[in-house]
Formats: sequence, structure tokens, C-alpha cells
Amino acid sequence: MMGSLRGKVAIVGAADTAVGKVPEMSATELCVDAILRAVADAGLKKGDIDGLVTCNSMSQPMLYHAEAIAEYLQIFPRYCIAAGAGGGTTFSILHHAASAIATGMAETIVIAMADSLRSGLTREQAMLMQSSTGHPRFEQPYGPTVPAYYALIAQAHMAEYGTREEHFAEVAVACRAHAARNPAAQMRDPITVDDVLNSRMIADPLHLLDCSLVSDGGAAIVLTSAERARDFPHDPVYLLGVGEGHIHEHISQAHSLTTSAAREAGARAYDMAGLGPSDMDFAQLYDCFTPTVLVELEDLGFCRKGEGGDFLTSEGIGPTGALPVNTHGGMLSHSHPGNPGSMFALTESVHQLRHDAGKRQVSDAKVGLLHAQGGIMSSHTTLILGREAG
Amino acid sequence: MSPKESSIAPVEQPFIDGCHQGVLRLQRCTRCHRHQFYPRLVCGYCWARDLEWVSASGKGRIASFTVVRLAVSPAHEAPYVVALVDLEEGPRMMSRVTDCDPESVQIGAQVKVAFAETSDGAPLPVFEPDND
Repeated sequence: MMGSLRGKVAIVGAADTAVGKVPEMSATELCVDAILRAVADAGLKKGDIDGLVTCNSMSQPMLYHAEAIAEYLQIFPRYCIAAGAGGGTTFSILHHAASAIATGMAETIVIAMADSLRSGLTREQAMLMQSSTGHPRFEQPYGPTVPAYYALIAQAHMAEYGTREEHFAEVAVACRAHAARNPAAQMRDPITVDDVLNSRMIADPLHLLDCSLVSDGGAAIVLTSAERARDFPHDPVYLLGVGEGHIHEHISQAHSLTTSAAREAGARAYDMAGLGPSDMDFAQLYDCFTPTVLVELEDLGFCRKGEGGDFLTSEGIGPTGALPVNTHGGMLSHSHPGNPGSMFALTESVHQLRHDAGKRQVSDAKVGLLHAQGGIMSSHTTLILGREAG
Repeated sequence: MSPKESSIAPVEQPFIDGCHQGVLRLQRCTRCHRHQFYPRLVCGYCWARDLEWVSASGKGRIASFTVVRLAVSPAHEAPYVVALVDLEEGPRMMSRVTDCDPESVQIGAQVKVAFAETSDGAPLPVFEPDND
């Protein structure tokens, strides 16, 4: 029986490409650019990488994506795979890559994801992306848009717990306040709750500013064993806990609209780390739409079930809040190039824990929680990262 | 608002036939007696493979809904109401709430099935307010 992954691996390199509107680079080129930057950040050379994990892009889909990226870069890894779990891919593949290092499948793994949703999609691809979510026979014919799926969750939460549109809006306002301190963020002008509520209604109760961005961009990290991690230029960032939860694919099959498998994922990650919500100096919570963050705050134990709205208004998740959330600006304000969206939460967490996050540095950050989900609250993974191995 | 007839799997055919006849059909497990939706080869609760098709009452309650104000496909004209409906027999299904003012729809409201004609496939089960 394998032991726990706690403290066994560390992130020793991390980098983002330019994000937002990057028409001069394709998804493949953004992925390659991210890898080159992350490997340079780790102080490594071409021949040092023996593992590569990627995720296919929407704008340049390939049958063998990881093989294609390895070939492009002329690296010849012994561990090489493309994975796909939507927005949950990033942390899920980190879970797998950590296991691969712990079991000796590879020593130095690059995880890289990029897409070009803003500049690289044909009209047909954009339509296909929007309409390919949902069950082809039992959901899609009813015309649910991606915001509509999350609106169903939001409405149920409002009816069950008295949550209001203003509560969801607080998430967008907080993410924008973080982004205002991040020169790399796509949207940096501060917004108010009224701005969110006065923006165009997309699918009740979600307004335009409750919805994440559409972006180009990519990011990559370098993962290696904890034993080797001290030999790199930057302070290593250790994996202390990881856990997953999987209950449904389609929202019509969810056991609950208001409680997600973030609960299971979080419990498993906390258990591995031997830590709890109150130990976290910051959190990066998947924010495709504002209600997602509210549900995650509850399911990950930062507040009690049904009290997410109160937590957002009384405790706060902005730069001066009790729990800074999405310190780079999140997908609501930093960037959202599709599946790679949560990569930026990962690279941001590395900077927070290295203590080189500049103006947005969370004071003396030691431990942070990251959560992402793919599909419609379908594939959940929680990570707990820290400055110390344990 | 219609799935392609050509893509119908054999396990879905009785459901589609029901739609043509104006009947909402569900699978019921002959072992654990629970209903399930969508159609499967196996009971999702107990993994028995012996399932029968039964007619649903067509009555249910709105578990959640949204008014889609911005459609992404020309096949759908906004605003329209996408809902999750809890059927009397237990299963939940996605559908539309039609034949009413979108602003009047509420979670918990009782609805009953109706069948909307489609341009290229079987009639689609939708729901209307049930004032009985």
C-alpha cells in the first residue's frame, strides 16, 4: 500500500503566457510558450523533462495532444499523456502527475495547458463549444446555455437558503478588486455590486458580470519530488493534500443542486494534509460563474451550508477580506481561456507561497487551498499547497 | 429544439415512441422497483439489467429554472424557461416550462407534461403549469 502523497512532490517552476487577447499565437504556440517559460523559471534545460501532461485545446484540437507538444519541442519523455476533465483538468492532472512521481514513472513533469478561445475559434467551433455541453438528447434540445446550467444552481440556492443576487455580485466585485492589483489581468477597472446588478441579464439570476471572461492564454508548472525540490532557484511549493469528488456529469443527474462533490474532494484533501479550512491563508476557487464560488465556500467548509451569502458580505473574499479568494483576479477578471482557466490559480498560488506576488501578496502566506471543477459542477479536485513539506 | 432521429439508441426507442404517442415513459427496475431517467441498459440504483417501461403520470414540480435571456443558437428564441422538473415517480429531468409568462415561473410550482412539435424529430416533452 502506497503512503499518502503529502509532502512528496513540489512545484519548482511556474509561468503564464500573456493572457487576454493574444491573436499572434495559436493554442499550440501558447502551450509551447508556457512550457518554455516554466522550464526557464525552474532553471532547467530541455533534456531535464521526462514527463509531460497536457490538455487538448478547443481551437486546435489534436488526437494526440501531449505527443504533439512533445514532438514540437523535440523532447522525448517517458511519461506523456493528455487528459480532459474540463475546468477540473488542471488539479486532477496534478494529482495524477504527483502519483507518477511518487511511483517512479517520471522524475520531472511539466503540466501545461493553453487555449485561444478569444482569437482562435471559428464561428462553428464557438457554436459547437457552447452547444456541446449537456446531454445530447435529454438536455441540449431544450436550449440550455452554459450560463443557464449555473443559473439553475443559483436559483435553487436562492430558493433554499435565501441567497440574493447581491451575494453573487460580491464575488465578481472581489475578483475585480484582486485583478486591479495584477498588471497581467485582463479586466482591471474596479466594479461595484450595482455595476454587476445593472449589467445585462444573461440567464436569471446571472448578469453579464457574473460570468467569466473569454480569453487566450496558457500556463505551465514543473513538478518534481520533494527530495530534489531544494536544488532549484525558487522556494519549492509542496503538495500537502489532494482529493477528488465525482457524482455526476449532467446537472439534471446531480444528487443536489446546492451541495456539490467539492465536499468530498475537500474532505479528502484536508484529511491528507491534516489541515482544515481555518488553516488556509488564501483560497483559489473555480469561478466560471459567481455562484460557483459561493457553493464552494460552503462545501469546502469556509462557512456553513447556506451561509455563503453572509460570508461574502460579512467576512469578505477581496484583498482585505477574511479569506482572500482568487488573488490574481480569477476567471472573472484575470482570464478564462477555457479548460486552462484554473492553471492561473495554480501559478498564482506558487507566487503567493514563494512570497513574490508583488502588490497582491497575502501577508506571510504559508498554506493555500485551490479548488476546480469541470463540467457542470461535475469533476471536482481540491489541492492544498504549502511553503513547508509538512 | 429537437434531437436527430437518426441518433436514437435502441435503449431510448420506447421513450421516443412514447413522445410520438403523447406519453411520457420511464424505465422501472423490476428488482428494486425504482424509476430512472434517462434510459439506460442497467438500473443505476441496483445494477439489475431487467428494466420495464411504464407510463409516467406526467405530473411534477419545478426543482429549479432559469429564464434564458441570451440564446446561443438560432434554434432557440429568447426569452425561454429552462427548468429541472422532479417527476412524481422520482426522476428529475431537464425541460422547458411553456404556455405561461416566464416571469411567473416559481420553484416548487406544479407542472404537467405536454409535447412540443419539433421540425425534424419526435415531439419533445415540455411542461406547463398544472392548475388542477
